[in-house]
Amino acid sequence: MMEEVKETASVLSVHDDSIKVTEVLKDGDTLTFIIVSQKLSGTGEYHVDRTYEDFEWLQQHLFSQGDVPGIQGVIFPPLPAKPQVNASPRSIKQLGFLALGECQPYCKALETFLQQVAAHSILSKNKAVEVFLTSSDPPGRQKVKKNIFNRLSQAVEEMRKEGHKDVDEFFQNERDHNLVLTGCTKTAAEKFLDVVATEQKIAVACGHFSTALHLCVEPGEDPDKQAFSRVCVKLSEVFESIKKNMTSVAENNVNTLGLGLDLESRYQEAEREMLFRRTCKLVELENAQRNVEKAKPVKKAAMEEVKKAAETEFEHTSGVAKQEVKSTINNCIPHFHVSFHSGLVC
Amino acid sequence: MAASSDRNPPPFPTAEESEPGLCDMADADSDEGEDIFVSNSNPVSVSRGVSQPDRVSEEPSDLFSEEAASSTAAKANGVHSDDDNDLFADTNVELSTDKSSSSARKEPSGPRHASTFTPSPAAMQPTSLEQLEEEEAKDSFDVDVAVTNPEKIGDGMNAYVAYKVSTRTSLPMFRSKVFSVRRRFSDFLGLYEKLSVKQSLHGCIIPLPPEKSVVGMTKVKVGMDDPSSVEFVERRRAALERYLQRVVSHPSLLQDPDVREFLEREDLPRAVNTQALSGAGFLKMINKASDAVNKMTIKMNESDTWFEDKFQEVENEEQQLRKLHVVVDSLVIHRKELCGNTAVFAKSLAMLGNSEDNTALSRALSQLAEVEDKMEQLHQEQAASDFFIFAELLGDYIRLLGAVRGCFDQRMRAWQRWQEAQSTLQKKREAEAKLLWANKPDKLQQAKEEITEWEARVTQYERDFDRIGMTVRKEVLRFESFCLLLTLIVFQLIKFWEAFLPEAKAIA
Repeated sequence: MMEEVKETASVLSVHDDSIKVTEVLKDGDTLTFIIVSQKLSGTGEYHVDRTYEDFEWLQQHLFSQGDVPGIQGVIFPPLPAKPQVNASPRSIKQLGFLALGECQPYCKALETFLQQVAAHSILSKNKAVEVFLTSSDPPGRQKVKKNIFNRLSQAVEEMRKEGHKDVDEFFQNERDHNLVLTGCTKTAAEKFLDVVATEQKIAVACGHFSTALHLCVEPGEDPDKQAFSRVCVKLSEVFESIKKNMTSVAENNVNTLGLGLDLESRYQEAEREMLFRRTCKLVELENAQRNVEKAKPVKKAAMEEVKKAAETEFEHTSGVAKQEVKSTINNCIPHFHVSFHSGLVC
Repeated sequence: MAASSDRNPPPFPTAEESEPGLCDMADADSDEGEDIFVSNSNPVSVSRGVSQPDRVSEEPSDLFSEEAASSTAAKANGVHSDDDNDLFADTNVELSTDKSSSSARKEPSGPRHASTFTPSPAAMQPTSLEQLEEEEAKDSFDVDVAVTNPEKIGDGMNAYVAYKVSTRTSLPMFRSKVFSVRRRFSDFLGLYEKLSVKQSLHGCIIPLPPEKSVVGMTKVKVGMDDPSSVEFVERRRAALERYLQRVVSHPSLLQDPDVREFLEREDLPRAVNTQALSGAGFLKMINKASDAVNKMTIKMNESDTWFEDKFQEVENEEQQLRKLHVVVDSLVIHRKELCGNTAVFAKSLAMLGNSEDNTALSRALSQLAEVEDKMEQLHQEQAASDFFIFAELLGDYIRLLGAVRGCFDQRMRAWQRWQEAQSTLQKKREAEAKLLWANKPDKLQQAKEEITEWEARVTQYERDFDRIGMTVRKEVLRFESFCLLLTLIVFQLIKFWEAFLPEAKAIA
């Protein structure tokens, strides 16, 4: 069992793009993922097995780095929703493309998550990442107390703050843009899911037709009958191939464009959350400023302190955020577009 | 049957037409496919019909390869059924022009038929059948009909769609060479009603008109211009055209004054009582009739095994095809769904492309994605219409099989009438004998008259029965040649799909 993880900065000892989720093992209701990564120094690999709870543990640790300056400005790589062996329709809907196909899309999504975390300049420094990727024992399952994602309270205030006007034009643009983009990507993902589902239905129907045709074949010497039987057999074969073709088309679609759309939309969600956190900080700062102005001289000094703290925090956050946003443009989009293009050729 | 083996088409010319690349096919297809679908007064198809007489001796397969080379395989209903009709025409009307005793003529003239047909059917069977089949192979047929221009007339719930029925012919019995009239759907149903009443005594296979659809028509009436009601009208138009072409290509039906009136006369009286004539209604009617026949106590002693075999065949085929039809229907629905979904997806991609203007690269890529998706959508539409044609043909075929069954039933009823007449005659004779014995001269006279009357009736019915038997045989032969056509069409589709598959596999 693992000891308490210290929140000290560390350097990750694996290549970030070598991380692969190679297999998934099903044991009753639990899924275990095998993760392989290459050592940075020298040759050799780390093989570890993790469950979904371990992933959540990692995510919790990343969220709870309260003392890292500007952590709120980080766009946290999104973790896919929890997989279920016998999934309910609602959870299938939630998973979207990741529920289709065997486990391949899902593994790829987890893989991307880990790669993004490992490649991130701030996040990769967290010791939890190292532990997750290299330790042969499963990491601990203790609930980490402080969490910057206190979702319950956010729900109510979100509506108010979401629309709060920004002081910085760069960020205002980014927020507007992100809003539009998120909507579009989500719609595109949903529609594409429909397309793929229909393709699968067609494949099944072709299979039925092919079988039905086979049943039509009768032995007999009547030349007409033979002609008819020949037609049936030929047609049956054709439909069998159509079915196989459709199935592979659907599969390809899921693995390329479907996955790409899914990742992109979740990433944009994460960006939206980051921008929202920054906006919250902005609101805090403005409140603090107003308090300073309104404060009675007794309290003034204290208010001034609060305001200064808020200011610093806000500046840090904005700084990190700006970097994040700029780097996404170069980072995530090419990956998406590659899958875009290859997906549509099918 | 020896003769029928000749009719199997020669090995289908394999892949002689160059299959263009998938993309080209899609683009070319889409334009042509849409055009042909929209207006069926396509000069190409009409002229092909008229020039048909020149090429009568060619094999069916040649016609097909020519057609395939000229336009790509994805054709609309109209063009396909033109070929049906032409080949059909090719194969049969020799009967009306050739045979002097013309069993094709449906006016029952007793003595003439008696002279031709009283030799026992069984003995005559092989020769007459072979003769029939040979004659079928060399005919020219000269009536070409087209149904075009659906127009909505009137407003609200009293609105209806009028179609233009154009005929082009060189037969002398029509008043002019080229003419057209406007007809509405209930007129077509009325024609069927009239024909079935008349022809029910004669054992002809009467083609079935397309089905009534309350939902579809209501939408059209209410004036919604959405694609589904446009599609509905288009489907109906194509089905009506196929129906008319079948009616016209049937030699005895063509002679019917009702048919001529339908084609020529400016204003037809409104056909009423067409509610019963929906597609499901037809089949129910036929099924009821055959049930009634089965329940009759005098079971037919089938002396002619040919009929029995054919009947079995027809029944089996019908059942199988029904199953197939169900599956094909679901396939068609799914294909259409895929079309719709791909279209919606293309739109959302377009929106995405427009909103993401970060870099020129991303914009270019998303535009490319849009274009590709549109192409795929065209593909889907093409595939959907292919499947759709197939499903429609299958449906037609099944209905036709039902009509064939109806034919057999008519024959059975004729036989029963004959038997009943015979037993009545028997009773009359017994009555006469009794009277003779009881010696009542006045009643005797009456009895003798009755006997003469019934003897005549018996003879009549027997002749009717034989005649129906012959007609049914002929009909079934024609029908089988139609099946052959269907087979050819299916082969055509198969080739198209097979060509498509390696391309698709390469991509996938």
